[in-house]
Order: sequence, then structure tokens, then C-alpha cells
Amino acid sequence: MKLGFSPADELFRQECADWLNGQMAGEFKDIKGITKLTESPERRKEWEQRLGEARWGCIGWPVEWGGRGATLAQQVIFAEEYARAGVPGRVNHIGIELAGPTILTFGTPEQKQRFLPGIAQGKTIFCQGFSEPNAGSDLASVRTAARLDGDEWVVNGQKIWTSLAHISDWIFVVSRSEKGSKGPKGLTFLMMELRQPGIEVRGIKQINGDAEFNETFFTDARCPADSLIGAPGDGWRIAMGLLAFERGVSTLGQQMGFRNELDEIIAAAKANGAAKDPLIRQRIAKAEIGLRLMRYGALRMLSNSDHSKIDGAALTYKIQWASWRRGLGELAMDILGQAGEVAEGEAYEWSVLPNLFLYSRADTIYGGTNQIQRNLIAERGLGLPREPRGDA
Amino acid sequence: MEFAFTSEQQMIADTARSFFAENATSERTRRAMAGDGIDRALWAAFCQELGFSGIGLPEELGGAGLGLVEMAIIAEAAGAQVAALPMLGSLALCAQAIAAGGSAAQQQDWLPELISGETIAAYAHAATLTAAGDVLTGEAGFVAHGASAAVFVVANDRGAWLVRADAPGVQIAGLTTMDQTRPYARVTLSGAVGEPLAQPAQAIAAAHRAGFVVAAAEALGGAQACLDRTVAYAKDRIQFGRPIGSFQAYKHRLADMMIEIEQARSAVYWAACAVDEGAEEAELAGHAAKSFAADTYFMCAGNMIQLHGGIGFTWEHDAHLFFKRARALQTILGNGTWHRECVASMILGDVA
Repeated sequence: MKLGFSPADELFRQECADWLNGQMAGEFKDIKGITKLTESPERRKEWEQRLGEARWGCIGWPVEWGGRGATLAQQVIFAEEYARAGVPGRVNHIGIELAGPTILTFGTPEQKQRFLPGIAQGKTIFCQGFSEPNAGSDLASVRTAARLDGDEWVVNGQKIWTSLAHISDWIFVVSRSEKGSKGPKGLTFLMMELRQPGIEVRGIKQINGDAEFNETFFTDARCPADSLIGAPGDGWRIAMGLLAFERGVSTLGQQMGFRNELDEIIAAAKANGAAKDPLIRQRIAKAEIGLRLMRYGALRMLSNSDHSKIDGAALTYKIQWASWRRGLGELAMDILGQAGEVAEGEAYEWSVLPNLFLYSRADTIYGGTNQIQRNLIAERGLGLPREPRGDA
Repeated sequence: MEFAFTSEQQMIADTARSFFAENATSERTRRAMAGDGIDRALWAAFCQELGFSGIGLPEELGGAGLGLVEMAIIAEAAGAQVAALPMLGSLALCAQAIAAGGSAAQQQDWLPELISGETIAAYAHAATLTAAGDVLTGEAGFVAHGASAAVFVVANDRGAWLVRADAPGVQIAGLTTMDQTRPYARVTLSGAVGEPLAQPAQAIAAAHRAGFVVAAAEALGGAQACLDRTVAYAKDRIQFGRPIGSFQAYKHRLADMMIEIEQARSAVYWAACAVDEGAEEAELAGHAAKSFAADTYFMCAGNMIQLHGGIGFTWEHDAHLFFKRARALQTILGNGTWHRECVASMILGDVA
């Protein structure tokens, strides 16, 4: 058991920091410090491409697909330095963290050739078509239908909560390809070009006034027959495999974003005197401890090469960070007081901390609600009997 | 960076787990509870047959080398069985204090005896202690396993002394204690002569470093045992024609226990590693681990009683052993509020 990094790793850290800081002080100065996912999308697509050109886009991927074959320690370091340098989040995080690894694991050689270089170069932006109006927590009840018509799939239906669909190029879609099938059977995982006449994207205004999520409508939308990952009917297995990737190294980068938020809260508490309040001090200490434990939890998860053993522990990660961050939003507002309830200008737009307060209500819902997470932990992690299901 | 057990550490963990599971049985622990809270045969086997008592102490002083990670591994396994042993006081607090702050002679005098288990030491923090030279007067109200100790490390904010239990001016009163596996004693010093540890600040710091981590590790083991035992019950117990573990109201509480336990596990081994590696964040990690793991244990032990229903409230069931140990671990060596205030001071700095 060892926490420290080697001297070679520390050199690598310096290399990462130098490059990232150079970019943020130079050509990409204008996007430094952006925290909202919806801000400056065009410039951030350019940033994705800059990362790709310099091979910093997907450093953990094999060299042949545009990565660096980086070690775990290097990936950890890059994620940490990325956030430390104030670089905004990746607009292609779905492509890098979900679509890419899915294709690497389950794709054919042709599919790898077709998609991976584009993702690594920051030129192919992906979004995720999983949830539907009637398939939220019960994801397996999706109805969006796919049928093979000659050498093309034809897709009809509706997806919802398709984050960043309005700026994406591709969408992966869990669709029902066997008519009359129910639940996880008969589903197919398709990669579809988003900008086509059969697909319409409509933004959904959220409680913070922003619109990161969308509804995506499919009306005889089409993709070539070889656009499916795995075999027809394999969709559930692929989708579940994909969800496991969500607990990868990216979580460490995400945590550095949390670090920045907590630092801002600490600064606010010091500035307005709340930091003298013993109860606020307790809550800040708890938040600090929670954040550190998230880091070491992620390092444990990543260090363990025997994934069968760590699976149970890894299942606890989503609810842990989501609940922590929701609490952080509440702490921020308790520190700010009424000043946190007033916007800076006339527009209904929120600075980082009030926005955190509002946005974090989504954290405990998307990617599996806290209640679904508890079911998963209890049933898969602890081996408890499943909740009986209705027949409908 | 490799935040996972080495194969050697895994081996220690496996050995320790089966040793305590086989030997620190409920029956034996309860027999110790009726006495002074120490299972002597278990302690002798632990120290002499397994040689675990030397872990975390230098080999030239009769120890087994290794560090706090390995000590935490042992404490976790002991905590899982609520083993009735003076490990926290005699080894984590006193032996560490003597190894870090004692003179060569003091180390020679005491460490081999503590490692062999023949002598039990107890750590007596006495805030009100007054010292006229090395003549000590004052009281330590809650000395764990104090009635079983032959020697005390007596510490206040300024100094640390070795005081023999049979020295003139030393009065020891065993107290009926809620956690009978770690009973407290009141130690009263009335002009007792202490032998000052050569470097008291180092001694106290080392005792705290090891004590926080070992207490936290014990809590982790206990919390995991509460979860494991309640999960087994949840699968077995049928009500309304179903195993009760199939109800969400029940299984969600078990899930919540697991969520906290996994964080406590990260906390314990982060803190242990940080101390072993001399990392800058070691002190913060110790406060984090002690407060987080003890709170986790208490939450899990409370849930264990609730989720077992009536049987969990009986003396016969072991749930109360966990519950009482958990409560004791929350308060010993500083309560959670104090540890979190220490963390707050470190990250907020001077805000007055």
C-alpha cells in the first residue's frame, strides 16, 4: 500500500501542469474557469481538438487509438492537474468516458477505426440516449423502436435528459429491436449520427434557468446496419457494461472540480465571518473530510486490479459523491445567507455557489437516483433478495 | 501510487481475521467481560504465538518492524470480533509513546515486556495534572484497562511520565463501565513520582498518531461486522412471507451502512499510509479517520439493533457488544466534534 507518487510521476505532473497552464494563459484564456457545461460550446469544441492534437485527450487509451497508454498514476495526475489549472470540463465527456471505452471493449475492429480516432482528436462529440419519458429508473422498459430496413436501421421514439445533445454529433441509443419483447431482452445498442432529418432536439429548461438537457425525438431516423455495438438483442449487456466505465479515472477530475467549489465556499465563509461559527466549522470540516475520502475511495477502486472484489465498494461511489455535493450546495447557501438568493444582474443567471445549490439537486437523480443506487448496493453489493417486480 | 494491500499485507489480514474469528468468540469475550475486560489467553496467543504485538515497533527494540498500515489491519480484525484485549492502550498508545519519546534505557526496560504481553501498560491523560519536578498530583478519570495495568504513561499538555501502578501515591479504582470489554479506571496521583519520558512531545504525538488510527481501524472492523451479521439476518428472517432483506425500507439502511463503511475504510488506510509515508496530510488524516470511522461504527451498530428487532435488544445477542464499543470509540481520544474542529482549524486557518 503506497500513496506517494514516484519521482518520474512527479516529472509527468510538471509536464501536465506546464502544458495546461500554458494553454489557459494563452490561446484558451477566454475559457479558463468556466464551470457551466453549457457555456461557450464552440470554443470548448476547439479546446477538445487542441487536447486531441497534443494527445492529451484520452491519455489512458492505447497509443494506436490516439491515447498515450498512460499508467493509472499518470491518469490520476493528469485529471488532478487538469482541474487545478482551471480548465473547464470536457464537453465530450460522454464520448471519452462512455462511448470510447464501450467501443474499445465491445466494438469490431472496423468500429474502432471509425470512431476512436475522432473521439481522441476531439472531433466526434457524443451524447447518450438512454432515458425515456416512461423509462427513467426503470431503464429496461425503453420503447424507442429500431427495425432493420434493408441495410439500415430505422428508429422511432423519444429519448429524454440527453445532456448536451444540442452540441453533439453522435448519439448512442438503447432501442427495442424485437417487437413485443419486454424488459432487458430484445434491446439493441446503436450509434447514430445526430444531425439528420429524422432527429429533432429540443432543450429542457432546468430549475437553474439553464438548458443542458434535451428531449430528442426520432422519426424514421436512420443509421447503417453495422451501427450496432454487439449483436441485436445485446443492448442491455452493452449498456450495463458502459455504466461501469462511469466509475473510472474521470471521477478524480470531477473531484478536483468539487475541490474548487469547496475552496470557493471556504473563501466565502472567511469573507463574511461565517467561518467563525462553530456549527459552520463542523460542516466545513465534514465536507473537507468527505472530499478527501472520495479521493482515496477512487484511488482504492482504481488500484485494485481484481475488479471482482472491489465491485461492491465501487457501487457506493455514485450516491456518495452525489449526496456530498448536494450537501455542499446547502452549506454554500447557509454560508451566503440571503445574498445567495439574489442574482448579480437582472437576468436569472447564477454565480458558481447558488448554481451549485440548484444544479446539485440533479446529481442525486441522474445516472441512477439515490434510491436506485441503494437498491443496486443492497442487491449486487450485499446479495440481498430483489424487490419483487410488477408484471406491467 | 498503489492504494491496495500488498500480498504480505493481505496475508497478515487473512491470518488476523481467522485468528480472531476462531479465538475471540462471544463466549470467551463474555467471560472476560465478567472479569477485568481482558481475555488473557487471547492476549498471550496474540503477543507470543502470532507475534502481532511487535508490529509497528522497530526490530532493534524487539518489535516486528512494519508500520501503521499493518497495525490497522490487525486492529480491524480485532474490532470485528470486539476482542477483549488491551491493544489500544498498551501497544498503540503506550508502546508507541515509549518507542518515539523514551530514552534508550526506557525503551529497553519496557518495550520487550509490553511486546511479550507480560506487562500491560495504560495511557492516562490527565488534563488537571500538576507536576512539581517529577512529583505528580492529579487525576485521570477514564483510563482504559487501567485496573489491569502495571505501568502508566501519564501525559498532560506539557509532559509525559512513566508511573508504576504500585508506586507510592498511586491509587487505582476500577469503574463499572458500559463497554465491559474495555473498562475504565480512575487513576489518582497524590505526589507520585514519575519517570519523565526523554522527549515528551514526540511521545505524545506518536501515541496520538497510532491511537487515532488504531481506534479508527477497530471501528471499521466493528462496523463491517455489524453490516455482515445484519445482512445474514436479513436473508434468513422471514416476515410477510418474504425475507425481510427484500424490503426497501430495510435494504436501504443496509446500503447506507455500506456507503459509510467504504468511506471509513478509505479513511483508515489513508491515515495509516500517510503516517507511514510521513505525508504532510498525516495529521489531518488522523483526525478525519478517527471521527469518521467512529461515527460510522455507531451508526452501523445502532442499525444492527434496530434491524434485528427485539432479539437485538437482548443481552444474549452480541449486538450490544458492538453498540457499546462503538459508543466508547466515539468518545475515547477526543470526540468527533473535537477532531472535526481540529480539521476546521487546519483548513480555515486564523479567522478570529
